[in-house]
Amino acid sequence: MATRKQMPEVNAGSMADIAFLLLIFFLVTTTIESDVGLSVKLPKDNNTATVLERNVLRVSLNASNEVLVEDSLVPIKDLREIAIAFLDNGGLVGGKGKCEYCQGARDGASSDHPQKAVISISTTRATKYGLFIAVQNELAAAYNVLRNREGLSRYNASYVDLIHLYESTATHMEEKALLKSKIEHLRTLFPKLISETNVN
Amino acid sequence: MAKFAKKKDGDLPAVSTASLPDIVFMLLFFFMTVTTMKDSSIMVENTLPNASETKKLEKKDRIIYIFAGKPTKEYQSVYGTETRIQLNDKFANVNEVGSYILAERAKKPQELQNVLTTALKVDKEANMGLISDIKQELRKVNALKVNYTTFEGDAFNNIQ
Repeated sequence: MATRKQMPEVNAGSMADIAFLLLIFFLVTTTIESDVGLSVKLPKDNNTATVLERNVLRVSLNASNEVLVEDSLVPIKDLREIAIAFLDNGGLVGGKGKCEYCQGARDGASSDHPQKAVISISTTRATKYGLFIAVQNELAAAYNVLRNREGLSRYNASYVDLIHLYESTATHMEEKALLKSKIEHLRTLFPKLISETNVN
Repeated sequence: MAKFAKKKDGDLPAVSTASLPDIVFMLLFFFMTVTTMKDSSIMVENTLPNASETKKLEKKDRIIYIFAGKPTKEYQSVYGTETRIQLNDKFANVNEVGSYILAERAKKPQELQNVLTTALKVDKEANMGLISDIKQELRKVNALKVNYTTFEGDAFNNIQ
């Protein structure tokens, strides 16, 4: 007589409660968003370089949170245009080391070449961080405008689109290598040369 | 001859809840994979500024965070209302930033040590004096890749 020993069934009714508990725990302790921000590269310590005066655009942010470009007060909304005009100036027509792809005013008193043009931001200790970020953002926008223009004329795609494609997970590895070289090239055409200094 | 016992009227069969755990587990795994753990509680006010030309910070394992801002209400009685730096779970002075970066860098695997980014999460009301002190410290320890963490938005909102 084989008596079938039946295993008593485990009551799974509380499984849902346990899972809910875990779910709520993870919902509370985790964050979904990924950070975004403005990336900059600081210069090395004790790095000094001499740059011609015309190749520097001086942007200063004073203690009362005003923006001065070359010692004259400008509204922050104009900063992007000023930066584009400065970077894209391209040196005198027929001048030595002039920039071939620039479409600027070719002013003798402004920058020779985007690869030499430096934007210097100087802040005081009392300047608000928010203003500094706004200025950084406008300057980054100026670089992006110029890189987009070159991207469209050279590769038929703007710099920003190239970056998006590069970061997208749907892009293949071989394509990424090609995109990377395009992005690097656009970056060398308009390298981001921003120096940040602090005056007391 | 009632072969089929008539069901009583209005007696609805109970909905089977046997698959409920499966559904909940599915949700659980979804959230576990798409989210990341909060690793430190923020003790400073941290309303980040807005910016539009931003870059995404992916790969959290390559980032070292530095927070700065006014201490929140509960810490104000002890630490005052001056802008302070927060490293991991405690307030710190500017001169501790360098050693913090070196310590964090040493914790990371060898191959990542050269590609680390320092994310500065700073309140938009903070003063630039503190930021430039931090930057000076970062330059001393050769942590040159910096990201000013912001919210996505119009940068002109920062100045009001």
